Amino acid sequence: MIEVKNIIKSFDGIEVLKGISSVFEKGKTNLIIGQSGSGKTVFLKCLLGLLEADSGKIFFEGKGLEKMSVKERSVLRQEMGMVFQGSALFDSMTVEENIMFPMQMFTKKDDDEIRERANLVIKRVNLINANSKYPDEISGGMKKRVAIARSIVMNPKYLFCDEPNSGLDPKTAILIDNLIQEITAEYNITTVINTHDMNSVMEIGEKIVFLKDGLKSWEGTKEEIFNTDNEAVTNFVYSSDLFKKVREVYLKV
Amino acid sequence: MKTLSKVGRYFLMLKSIFGKFTKWKILKELILKDIDTLIIGSMGIVSFISFFVGGVVAIQTALNLENPLLPKNLIGFATRQSVILEFAPTFISVIMAGKVGSYITSSIGTMRVTEQIDALEVMGINTYNYLIFPKIIALSLYPLVICTSMFLGVIGGYMACVYGGFSSSSEFIEGIQMDFIPFHITYAFIKTAFFSFVLATIPSYHGYFMTGGALEVGKASTVSFVWTSVVIILLNYLITQMLLT
Repeated sequence: MIEVKNIIKSFDGIEVLKGISSVFEKGKTNLIIGQSGSGKTVFLKCLLGLLEADSGKIFFEGKGLEKMSVKERSVLRQEMGMVFQGSALFDSMTVEENIMFPMQMFTKKDDDEIRERANLVIKRVNLINANSKYPDEISGGMKKRVAIARSIVMNPKYLFCDEPNSGLDPKTAILIDNLIQEITAEYNITTVINTHDMNSVMEIGEKIVFLKDGLKSWEGTKEEIFNTDNEAVTNFVYSSDLFKKVREVYLKV
Repeated sequence: MKTLSKVGRYFLMLKSIFGKFTKWKILKELILKDIDTLIIGSMGIVSFISFFVGGVVAIQTALNLENPLLPKNLIGFATRQSVILEFAPTFISVIMAGKVGSYITSSIGTMRVTEQIDALEVMGINTYNYLIFPKIIALSLYPLVICTSMFLGVIGGYMACVYGGFSSSSEFIEGIQMDFIPFHITYAFIKTAFFSFVLATIPSYHGYFMTGGALEVGKASTVSFVWTSVVIILLNYLITQMLLT
């Protein structure tokens, strides 16, 4: 579980995050949604420790991030997995090497054991015949699968995803969303996903936090999002005719 | 103020490079890969330039020795002095700032743009050590490149001079042995050691701290080349002032 209390972050005197608090539960897919520029990525980077918040507290399983020693932070980093928007695969390594990399860095296991574990994870994310290919030889959907495999190979406690299905066709996007949700439940991890894809919200949004102008404007579940009277949320979520109609039908039923 | 803060950030980066070390098994592979790319990969162009510039230095010197009272062995002497003292250590380093420096900046910059550096950081890796330390170690072999450049520069001068009919072989060889001060070689390698560190770290700094997209990677490579060259020329002046005067 991750608990966030009153996170504030500024750049050159401009407040990007203006005091965000929330709780992200274990075994659930927690979605952060909002328009571009609402502070989603900055918020995620604060959770990851890639950016230091100006004030506020972040607790991982009840332990404050700011009170952790360098060693404890280093251990925490190894318990985190991250799927970046552009996958961020190492382009000088093959698919298999990319997935083996975290284990080679942080475990004392020999190469055969590491390869065995990597292949298990490769199988889990349904990557077929891609082990010896380089990232520029595979499709966008496959890259996301490799990124997911790399992020779970160390059995993380926390999984962070930044726009995991951006640039993917709707069918592949749903497959990736479902894969993340399955893995979250299977490994019992705390998953935080940054997205502005409404299909993802409706598909896997077990908890949704809506950010607007650096503030938490609303939070709830995908069922609650249909009934909310928060104007900012409805304007954002039901900005397309399709979702407006879906909502109308849902409310009628 | 902005420049001062960048200089400060550069020195903080240097400190972080020697912080938490990457696993030796991984580091060893990175070092070998960088030796191949940065040192062995540069040998061809360095050899080509050194050979022909050595030849041009010899021809230019010969053409300027119009007075018949001046001995022909001065051609060999001037070629040796020019190549060993300045051409090989300094001007090859400026050329390397373009070749190796641009490669380092663009490869690290691309990793920054494509979030590969963020991915390494999320894993808890000291990215300064992982990305820059292997380049420093690989470029510690840079004096070998300069040694090759010195040798081929003098050989180029000899070939141009003898086969161009400007002096005899014995006169040229006599010239390159004349008034030889071994400390000049030491001086050249001291300079080279400093330049190799500059060649590894300044381009890395520009790649690591770049922001933006593909266009900015190109811009960062250009800025990196300019600053690496400026620092090499300034260091050259300072070291020469301290060691030869």
